[in-house]
Formats: sequence, C-alpha cells, structure tokens
Amino acid sequence: MVERILQVTDLSVHYGAIKAVQQVNFVVNRGEIVTLIGANGAGKSTILRGISGLEKPVAGQMMFNNQDLNGLSSESRVQQGIVQVPEGRHVFPGMSVLENLRLGAYTMHDKQQFSKTLAHVFDLFPILAERKTQDAATLSGGEQQMLAIGRALMAQPKMILLDEPSMGLAPLFIQKIFDIIQQIRESGVTVLVIEQNAHQALTIADRGYVLESGQIIATGTGAELLASSQVRAAYLGG
Amino acid sequence: MSSILQQLLNGVILGSVYALLALGYTMVYGIIKLINFAHGDVYMLGAYFGYFFINVLHLNFFIALVLAMAVSAGVGVVIEFVAYRPLRQSPRIAVLISALGVSFLLENGMSYFFGSDKRAFPQAIATVQYHFGQLQISNIQLLIIGTAVVLMLGLTLIVQKTKMGRAMRAVSADQEAAILMGINVNRTISFTFAIGSALAAAGGVLIGLYYNNIDPLMGMTPGIKAFVAAVLGGIGIIPGAALGGWLIGILETLTQAIGLSDYKDAVVYGILIVILLWKPTGILGKNGREKV
Repeated sequence: MVERILQVTDLSVHYGAIKAVQQVNFVVNRGEIVTLIGANGAGKSTILRGISGLEKPVAGQMMFNNQDLNGLSSESRVQQGIVQVPEGRHVFPGMSVLENLRLGAYTMHDKQQFSKTLAHVFDLFPILAERKTQDAATLSGGEQQMLAIGRALMAQPKMILLDEPSMGLAPLFIQKIFDIIQQIRESGVTVLVIEQNAHQALTIADRGYVLESGQIIATGTGAELLASSQVRAAYLGG
Repeated sequence: MSSILQQLLNGVILGSVYALLALGYTMVYGIIKLINFAHGDVYMLGAYFGYFFINVLHLNFFIALVLAMAVSAGVGVVIEFVAYRPLRQSPRIAVLISALGVSFLLENGMSYFFGSDKRAFPQAIATVQYHFGQLQISNIQLLIIGTAVVLMLGLTLIVQKTKMGRAMRAVSADQEAAILMGINVNRTISFTFAIGSALAAAGGVLIGLYYNNIDPLMGMTPGIKAFVAAVLGGIGIIPGAALGGWLIGILETLTQAIGLSDYKDAVVYGILIVILLWKPTGILGKNGREKV
C-alpha cells in the first residue's frame, strides 16, 4: 500500500527576479528514498528550503501527511516531523557534540524519548559517542556530516531532507553516508535527498526526479534514471 | 602601595557595573549583530524604576532591585519588538540608526516627563565603612561586587545549562541551522533582550545607590564605556564582557589616581581605538575573518 507522505504541487520559489523553482510537482511516499538530482543552480536546494520553511514559495502547495505546510513556521514543520540537514553541515561551533545533539532534540520534551533517540543515534554513529564532549568544530568533515545527520534524527523526524550530504567528503565517508541513508530508511524514516553525486544517489534511491533550470525534466525509478541516456549524458558523465 | 590596592579595588567596583552593562551589549551583538546603543538608557531606566520602587512604593532595596530588573526586562523586549524586529531583514545600519533613535527617545522622553535635573537616589541602605589595614570598603561597594558576581554566575548557568541558553548560543552561532532545529528565533531574541536589560537595570540601581543620584542622561557615558568593555573583551563573547568591564573600570580609576582625572574618558576611548586597530576581535576573540 503506497501512502503519500509529501505531495508538492506547482511549487514556485523566486529569489527576487530569479525564478529558482518553477511549478514543480513531485511526490514522496512513506518509507521511500527519493532523490532530486540536477546541476548546480537547478533549484534542488531551493525546493528543500521551501519544504522546511526557510524560503517562502510564491505559489504552490506542499501537503505533508495531508496537512498544508504553507503558513506553518519552520518550528511547527519540525514538530510535524520534517527535519532538514543543511548543505555544508552547519554544526554549531563552540558547542560539544552532545550539545549539538541536544539542540537537535529541541522540540522534544520527553526525557525518556530523548535518551532512547540518543542511544539510537550513537548506535548509528559510534564515533559521535566517542567524541561527545568534543567541540563540534574540531570534527573532520565526514564526522561533522554524521553529527548533522544525527542531530536531525534527534528530532525523531518522519521525513528527513538531506541537502548534498556527500559534498566535500572523502570517498570513504561518501560510501558511509550513503550506507547510513539506507539504514535511516530502514528505521522507518522517509528520505528526500538532493545530490550532485547523481550516480550514488540514484543507486540507493527508489525514485528520482531530474531538475533543470528550476523545472523537473525527467522522473523514474533510480534504476530507470541510471539507465536513461539523457540522464547519463547530462549528469553521469556519459 | 596600599593606595594602589585601594584604587584597584575601587576600579573593580566600578568595573562590576560596566561588566553588567557590557554583558547586554555582547549578548545582543552575539545574537543579532547589533550594537544596541539604547542599552545605556535601559540602565538609566532601571535606576529610575529602582528610585520609584524605593521612594514611592517604599519597598525594600532588594525587592526594588528585582522588580526594577523585571520591569526593565519587559522594556527591553518591547524595544526589540517595536524598533528592531521590523528591521530584521534590513541592512544592519538601519537597525543601528533605529537603536540611536530609541536612545534619544528614552533620554529626552525621560527629561520631558520627569525633568532633566539630578534626583537624589534614596539611601535605602545606610553606608557602613569597613577597614582592612589601609584598605577601605563600604557595604554598598561589597553589595555591588556581590550582586554583579551572583548575576554573572546566574547568567553563566542560564547560558550553559538551560534549554533557552542553548538556543541562544545556537542562534548566535548559526541562525539558519537553529531554525532547522525548530528553535523559535524571535522568542530566543526576546529572551536575550530581557536578560541583557535586566542586567543593565541592576547596574543602574546599584550605581544609583552608590553615587546617590540619577538623571536621564546617566546612561550615556557608562553605556559607551560598557560598549568599549565589550569590544575590549571580544564582542559576542560573554566572559569577555565581564573581563572587559573590570579592565575598563580599573583603568579608569587608575587614570584618576595618577592625577589625570580630566583624561579618564579619553583613555577609555583611546583603548577602543587601539583595540580596533590592533586586535578588533578583542582579548578573548579568536583571530579570523568574519564569515559573511
């Protein structure tokens, strides 16, 4: 039984005169990994920012769990279960790993739930448990990405939005991050991931959408898009 | 020798008040990158509230102090809401000008409604002098240092250990990431103004008691000096504000002690220039360019 968790209809987001996203339509089903791929500036990040409430769309509708997101603050969206991991990680410098994780659970008020979730995150990322008193700014790029993802999981999201999670990481870490994404899905969290690393993203994704100049130009299962000559030519280096 | 010690002690007392004020500057700067030039006037308002509670309502000094802090906290929240929040998306200079406007409004508004003359601050606590060898310290001076230290410890506890304190640090460090954690940024900023204003008010009431008089312009010079103190310690860094406050207080007192009273303000502002030229990030600041 396919159940829609997110339905985006005719979404348009502008930055002043720049039409970053134009009438985009896509859906994410519960339990899926869906990826948006496309070149730099295609509008991928802007879509995520629209969903998390960092940008205000000029038009369109976003239904999450049959609730209209327009008019909801970012804070309420987190409470509804949408949590975004920002591009470039954005861990809080000068604060310990544990404090960063606590901030991830900012909207959670139940102490037992907090400990349970923390244990789950430490399970996924043992390195964070080892480094929990360390200043987040002193972690390596890959560790910071793990912290950023772990921090988002602390909010117990229903859907996690990942913005370029592999960007700037060593190949070893990239593989690890994609493994983790699959583990996150297996734990019951829906994943919407945007990536320039299209090959990896399509390999783990159930479905994908290809964006170009703010519009969706192709869609299909991960395997279909991987096989598509159009996608191969544009994003997978032939 | 003993006179130097005495001056150092006096400097620490004056510096405690600067430190209380500097904390507000630095917290507000940390969270919205605004030099809140109306902050010294909140200190003045705090002194007037204290005056009102003691003189008119005949409350106990400590109750008056706490009430003055609470009311001033509310004033700080209102100032932010009315004069700064609507300009959140505007260039920083617009908010800075708005802060100057609020400063003038408070100074002239108070002069207009309550007169610009100095008023005698009630001697709510009788002064007692203590002698330790050659050193002399009054109960009022001890009260100033004690209150300042207690408030600073309280602030540290709030900032380090509470959820709201963590939210304050998160918004200071990375506002957008804080939003993504589900932190209500506006509420966090209001809280920061409340705390900063309460500390300023405490400084105002203590200084009223110490110098025995208050007037609508009493916040101007201490306001600027506390700003210098915040920059000296490293703007945006909470322990830096305390350190800077004490250093400025000591420096000012020592300048007076060596007979250069007329230059004590010039020395403080000279420090600002030197710091800005030589190490703009302040004593505790990390060197490095601000990320834009």
